[in-house]
Amino acid sequence: MSDTLPRDAAPPMPPDPDTEDDVLVRVDNLVKHFPVRGGGLIRRTVGQVQAVDGVSLVVRRGQTLGLVGETGCGKSTLARCIAGLIPVTSGTVTFEGRNITNLSRRDMQPVRREIQMIFQDPYGSLNPRRRVGAIIGDPFAVHKVAKGAARKKAVQELMERVGLNPEHFNRFPAEFSGGQRQRIGVARALALRPKLIICDEPVSALDVSIQAQVLNLLADLQSDFGLSYLFIAHDLEVVRHVSNDVTVMYLGRVCESGPRDQVYDSSRHPYTAALLSAAPAADPDAAAERRRIILTGDVPSPINPPDGCRFHPRCPKAQDLCGQQEPVLEVKPGDPATHKTACHFPVQAGESLARVAGRERR
Amino acid sequence: MTVSEMQFQARASESAPTGGGIEGRSQWQLTWRRLLHDKVAVASMVVIVVMVLLAITAPLFASITHHPADMPFTNTGTTSTGAPVGPGTHGFWLGTDYIGRDLFIRILYGARISLFVGIVTTAIATVAGVSIGLIAGYFGGWVDAVLARFIDTILAFPYIVLALALAAIFGGSLTIVIGVISFFSWAGISRIVRGQTLSLKEKEYIEAARSLGAGPWRIMFIDVLPNLMGPVLVLATLYIPTAVIFEATLSFLGIGIPEPTPSWGSILAEAQNYYTVAWWYVVFPSAALLITTLAFNLLGDGIRDALDPRTERIFAAGKGRRRRRRVAGAVLGPAGPASVAELGE
Repeated sequence: MSDTLPRDAAPPMPPDPDTEDDVLVRVDNLVKHFPVRGGGLIRRTVGQVQAVDGVSLVVRRGQTLGLVGETGCGKSTLARCIAGLIPVTSGTVTFEGRNITNLSRRDMQPVRREIQMIFQDPYGSLNPRRRVGAIIGDPFAVHKVAKGAARKKAVQELMERVGLNPEHFNRFPAEFSGGQRQRIGVARALALRPKLIICDEPVSALDVSIQAQVLNLLADLQSDFGLSYLFIAHDLEVVRHVSNDVTVMYLGRVCESGPRDQVYDSSRHPYTAALLSAAPAADPDAAAERRRIILTGDVPSPINPPDGCRFHPRCPKAQDLCGQQEPVLEVKPGDPATHKTACHFPVQAGESLARVAGRERR
Repeated sequence: MTVSEMQFQARASESAPTGGGIEGRSQWQLTWRRLLHDKVAVASMVVIVVMVLLAITAPLFASITHHPADMPFTNTGTTSTGAPVGPGTHGFWLGTDYIGRDLFIRILYGARISLFVGIVTTAIATVAGVSIGLIAGYFGGWVDAVLARFIDTILAFPYIVLALALAAIFGGSLTIVIGVISFFSWAGISRIVRGQTLSLKEKEYIEAARSLGAGPWRIMFIDVLPNLMGPVLVLATLYIPTAVIFEATLSFLGIGIPEPTPSWGSILAEAQNYYTVAWWYVVFPSAALLITTLAFNLLGDGIRDALDPRTERIFAAGKGRRRRRRVAGAVLGPAGPASVAELGE
């Protein structure tokens, strides 16, 4: 906590991608559809919200996978499917080689100790009527790990570890600031020493100065406990700061995934490129020079997504093929084996989409 | 972390007492403090405590006056024409009833029945109502559909008719009275608890509890219940007088607590025939009923105000101003009050 400057939180690059040993979580072709029911007595299913539609990803031990995409692209739904909070429509989630898809609550119980979540809203995720000690002690109570004085001691150690005053044990969440409350959420997630922590936009609701504190805390904990993170955010700079690998989602599908620097510095998918060009730059000179790719239209409805590539109605590079055939997530020529893109006409090095977009508008 | 914040944290940890730990004030402690500032609520609590004490010590008063509740004093307790004697005569503090029993002692014993029925039925109705409401709201789906329709049915039922039928079949008894009142009281509580649960279960901290592996029962009673104790407490306090009146109604109709056990309702039923010659026979039991139910109702209102943190500020601003603003607002609408208040002052 002592350093105020942001620093590079990501540990060294992953080793050979083919080694299965360091795969902690493997998500294979995961699909989550929510039925849309009509009104009236019978409430017939009239459609499906295709929130997540065939997503595959891998989280490696001790590493951070960043998941980015705009609001409504299915990031949080995916997180809840992996955490076993909502049933999966199809596809599998494998944790340490074991299929944990749609386990019963009892079978899921041991897995819950290994997978914990940190939530977006530090106000909504803590029960206002319960004391902080009880909230952080909840994992111990639920899993019957420690009782009485031992639990209190464990809770106070956790509070100290995440930078809270252990004497504030008996306070209520309302007596803490947003950043402190998020630390409470971190302490609760950390209590059972999980292997994976799913961070669902953990810093989106915080001030920028507080964001850095919480991110640094997460980085410290990762190196101390060997944690793996699935880090969901829509802030591209935050994801770049914390992640080893990055997966970009659009409308329930993966557009592009790969090592952080590959995705950020040599983006292949036009959507990734547009997303990156839209991110605000802190340096005013850089901001003046960069060219934004202006996407037209809105994100289509996930109830009735476009055929073929889901991005094609808004894509500056779209051709007829894009509306007919769905692109496969695959390694494009010239890319390392870890960098996969789902696009028929990937962006080439040096190509400027901004110009393409500009011409189309005229 | 910014520099100023680090300094602030450093200072905070320096000034914190070591060892004991810092305890935040709970919602209940704050509510209790606000309640103690409410004169009407405090007066109501005093009245209720006095009533309860009188009910508990009823046998003591009976032994002081040497007037057991069920004993008719045909010589001293009635006039030569057989009418009840008035308050103060022959040691009958509040007079006698139609066969010469001590009205004061009977009212005290009646308070036992009324308060017992009121509190026991409210307790049963609250426990049942909260449990059923929680289950319906939290599980949802067909469980909710079945329970919610059941609640609606109970609320739509003509309870006096059922009470009459049950009394006709089983005869009036304390158990039947408590059963009937409880059966018709839980549904109202259930409906409110269900509605609150439906909104509370969407909160993120409920999802957090589920992600920890907490089961539905733990979530319902540890995470949801504390958040709806406020409305439940208010509702329960307001149900006690309702139950007291319900019991009095049943006894008044002759289907409640059987003779000779005194109940406020049955005393009033007897008094109907004598009020022209014995005013005290009607006035004192009615007053006991009125004071008790009013005290519980006012206490319920007080708790409701105390649970709402905004009330404190209204009280601080002064009651006089609040009244004036309300009158002005009623006439002039939302734009008016400020200017009218200035003119008035």
